[in-house]
Amino acid sequence: MLNGSILSLITFLPLAGAIILALLPRRGRIIQWWALLVTLATFVLTLHLPAHFEYGHSGFQFVINAPWIAHPAIRYHLGIDGLSMWLVVLTGFLAPIGVLVSWKAIENRTKEFYFLFLIQQTAMLGVFVSLDLFLYYAFWELTLVPMAILIAMFGRTRGPQAAVKFFLYAFIPSALLLVAILWLYAETGTFEFTQLQSAIAAGGLGPQALFWAALVFLVAFAVKVPVFPLHGWLADGLTEAPTAMSMVIAGKLGLYSLIRFNLGLFPQQAREFAPWMIALAVIGLIYGALVALVQRDMKRLVAYSILSQLSFCTLGIFCFSITGLDGAVYQIINEGVSGGALLVLLGILYERYGTFEISEYGGLSKRLPHMATLYVITTLSLIGLPILNGFVGEFLVLSGSFVGHHGWVVAATLGVILSASYMLWFIQRVFYGPPSSLVENRPTADVNFREFVTLWPMVLLMVVMGVASPFWIRGIEDGVRPLANPPMTQPVAQIHGRSLPAQASILKGRQ
Amino acid sequence: MNGSMTVLRILPEIIFTLTGVAIMLIDPVMPKQASRKPLGWLAAFGALAALIASLYQYSLPVGTAYFGVVQTDAFSVFFHVLISGIILVSALVVLDAVHPDTESLGELFALMSFGAVGMLLMTSGVELLLVFIGLEISSISTYILAGFRRKTAKSPESALKYFLLGSFATAFFLYGIALTYGATGTTRITDIAAGLATSHALPIAVVGLAFIVIGLAFKVSAAPFHLWTPDVYEGAPSPIVGLMSTAPKAAAFAVLLRIAYEAFPQLQNHWMPLLWILAAVSMTIGNLGALRQKNVKRMLAYSSIAHAGYLLVAFTVLSTDGVAAASFYAVAYAVMNVGIFAVISHAGGYEDRLTLIEDYKGLAYRSPLLGGVMAFFLLSLIGIPFTGGFFGKFYVFAAAIHSGMIWLAIIGLLNSGIAVFYYLRVLTATYTKPMDSSPVLNVPRVSAPLCLAMALTVAVTLVLGIIPGRVLSMARHAAETFPVFSTQQTPVPGTASAVMAAINTKAR
Repeated sequence: MLNGSILSLITFLPLAGAIILALLPRRGRIIQWWALLVTLATFVLTLHLPAHFEYGHSGFQFVINAPWIAHPAIRYHLGIDGLSMWLVVLTGFLAPIGVLVSWKAIENRTKEFYFLFLIQQTAMLGVFVSLDLFLYYAFWELTLVPMAILIAMFGRTRGPQAAVKFFLYAFIPSALLLVAILWLYAETGTFEFTQLQSAIAAGGLGPQALFWAALVFLVAFAVKVPVFPLHGWLADGLTEAPTAMSMVIAGKLGLYSLIRFNLGLFPQQAREFAPWMIALAVIGLIYGALVALVQRDMKRLVAYSILSQLSFCTLGIFCFSITGLDGAVYQIINEGVSGGALLVLLGILYERYGTFEISEYGGLSKRLPHMATLYVITTLSLIGLPILNGFVGEFLVLSGSFVGHHGWVVAATLGVILSASYMLWFIQRVFYGPPSSLVENRPTADVNFREFVTLWPMVLLMVVMGVASPFWIRGIEDGVRPLANPPMTQPVAQIHGRSLPAQASILKGRQ
Repeated sequence: MNGSMTVLRILPEIIFTLTGVAIMLIDPVMPKQASRKPLGWLAAFGALAALIASLYQYSLPVGTAYFGVVQTDAFSVFFHVLISGIILVSALVVLDAVHPDTESLGELFALMSFGAVGMLLMTSGVELLLVFIGLEISSISTYILAGFRRKTAKSPESALKYFLLGSFATAFFLYGIALTYGATGTTRITDIAAGLATSHALPIAVVGLAFIVIGLAFKVSAAPFHLWTPDVYEGAPSPIVGLMSTAPKAAAFAVLLRIAYEAFPQLQNHWMPLLWILAAVSMTIGNLGALRQKNVKRMLAYSSIAHAGYLLVAFTVLSTDGVAAASFYAVAYAVMNVGIFAVISHAGGYEDRLTLIEDYKGLAYRSPLLGGVMAFFLLSLIGIPFTGGFFGKFYVFAAAIHSGMIWLAIIGLLNSGIAVFYYLRVLTATYTKPMDSSPVLNVPRVSAPLCLAMALTVAVTLVLGIIPGRVLSMARHAAETFPVFSTQQTPVPGTASAVMAAINTKAR
């Protein structure tokens, strides 16, 4: 009973909450509490999915498929598989955290903020669950709007410019994406993912045209990830966005779409792109790390570190091994949890001292020992310390892509080393050494109860995901198995056998 | 023929005429100082009655009246409903934005009703001379409405410009009719196709068609016949711009559709490339022009040129889908444009207090409602999903790609990417915190008619974006009016059937 409508419920609950929120009075913290309630309820509903997910099936589950518009043939078709399930849960998990972190940070225009925040939730959830390309595209475009308006309204200094940049970067490739989707529809008469998949696999579409369609899909998603040369919006957008939004601005939407629609619809073409994408991923990995190394602004540092971290996912995706894809999806979740936690931490530091300038800080660990602990755990997770989640993702990606791409993987491990250096150097400058005049002159309280409630679940998750990864990998693997190269050409044993040097080099990198 | 049936075929026109006449009769006998608000409500109720009458016309069997010059079919009724709706909302917007003591306000409402009569006749006329008369009625009333703020410099200038260029356009149109008559021996749209088949003067017919297209391209402000648009929109009172950028254009598009598809289907090899170019040029010039504007109304004028271009894309499709997409887009564009001008009229007022994009800074902070509605319509104009603007564009470009116009679709969608830039400038301005030093922008209280107008336009835009099924089937039904398409099915490309066959075999 519930399985049939759970996805609609999850997707549209935030929207319904937003509509009710628009009618609430602007008094006290009614709006915040309501937003928290709605997001928590959504999160609880998303937990229904892993609880009732049938493992071992690669097809879609919890499917809803109803006619929506007769002509052109558009259907209201939702469903998830192992690939999207954890991303839905992740989105649900990050939403209440987003509300909690904005609790104090957003004091004015709270109604507008939370209204748009909740709409953003619906849009993102919709992207993950839509199986009709029209519906998917509608949600995909919708994700831009609340984000752009929130950046413009709540940006630090140059909000409007950053918002326009973000919007244009994403919108123009998406316009071409629509051409490609419409072309597919014109050729096959359907928008449905699985039908399109079999139509393309059956042949009959011109290879030249398919190549262009696949390229358009690739670029539209790569901008959103972002993949290396298309990352121009990221630093500004992430820096200006309010914390709750910067947690979700990059990564999962683009990467999910890349896996689902680029690999899923155009397996042949995606393999043609693979050498280029692997090269771009590794360049992005090292470039992002190097640029992060020289940033003076914390948020920009995190922005470039995110570029670097996300390049791991791209690397894992385009090596087409199950291990690599598992690692890539795992890394998307890691990025949401650990990257999100780091942004939350930056946000609460900013609330106390009002600046993101690294040089203003120093010796914070004596004043704020709890916060220092949280920072250290989060950064260790991001640089991939074993026992924490980041290690699992990075290890899977590197071992999965080692076969056939030795050179690139060796270069990628360089990025791992660099990530450790910029992160630890950042921690060292901010938390250790002699206290700066700012820290000296402005005594503040350590992490308060609300912040504890926000951050501990994330830290806990980092540890749990680090030691109990099979719990997640199981479902992910169901989802990505059809996309990977058949194991005949790449025996699993061989992958694991030959991945030892990669593992060794990772460990070397940490010393 | 049944006498009462004949009257029913022009029922909305009659209602608008009576409304206009009643306003003209009541206006002079009202005390000079009395508020003209009741006249506005009269105009609004007249439009509502006409809207209901138009909907009622759906139940009439297809047929002609008055010696076969007027035809009510699904196509003309579709546009009747649209135009009556636009007049209704425009009357509400005028009621809100124009001070009730404004000089000769009664005439304004009367002119709106009379103009509507012309527009309705354009859509249901199947005799080119009647279409011409309808065009004149609608044009003359919009010329006067554009110059209604007599005491300012810009408004009469705008009216004069509109009048001079518009007269040229109607002259072109008339000359085109004459040439067509010369070539085919008839001015009845339904007979021209037959006349062409036996005509020995095809080149003359081609020239005639070209003149007709030029005349109508002026009216819909398609580039390169768009030069009047920015000046006229800038000078005319905002509440009127909302009306004249939508209703007369919808009527002109309806005429163009009927003439192209019903009268000259044989000449499609001639007019199709022409409209292809018009579409591409309009989209590009409109969007590039809008990028450079600082004045909101000028920007929206260029944006309307671009939207005319999007709509013209649908003309090149040459199938039921094309006509349906064009009709649907006309509705989507009209609703969002009337909606955004409702907000602009209220915020800027009849006196045009807000002209530049900068002036809109902080609108959302002064009035969250107006700011929100403005943002909503800007997003619809950009083409964000779940709005009418998106679905309209989607449907037009889907039809275009379906018939192989992939380049036109790419040009169009890249253009919609450019468009984002200038719409966002207004959007970010409304959501930018105003400087403390900037003069306080006083937004008048939102009145009941405005609320009604905004609610109607927002609701319809959402319906068009989320559950467009009903309007779509109406548009398709309208498109099936044209005999060219009633027999043949939508062409399905060979590859599609091959692919589907492949799937089926695979499934087995």
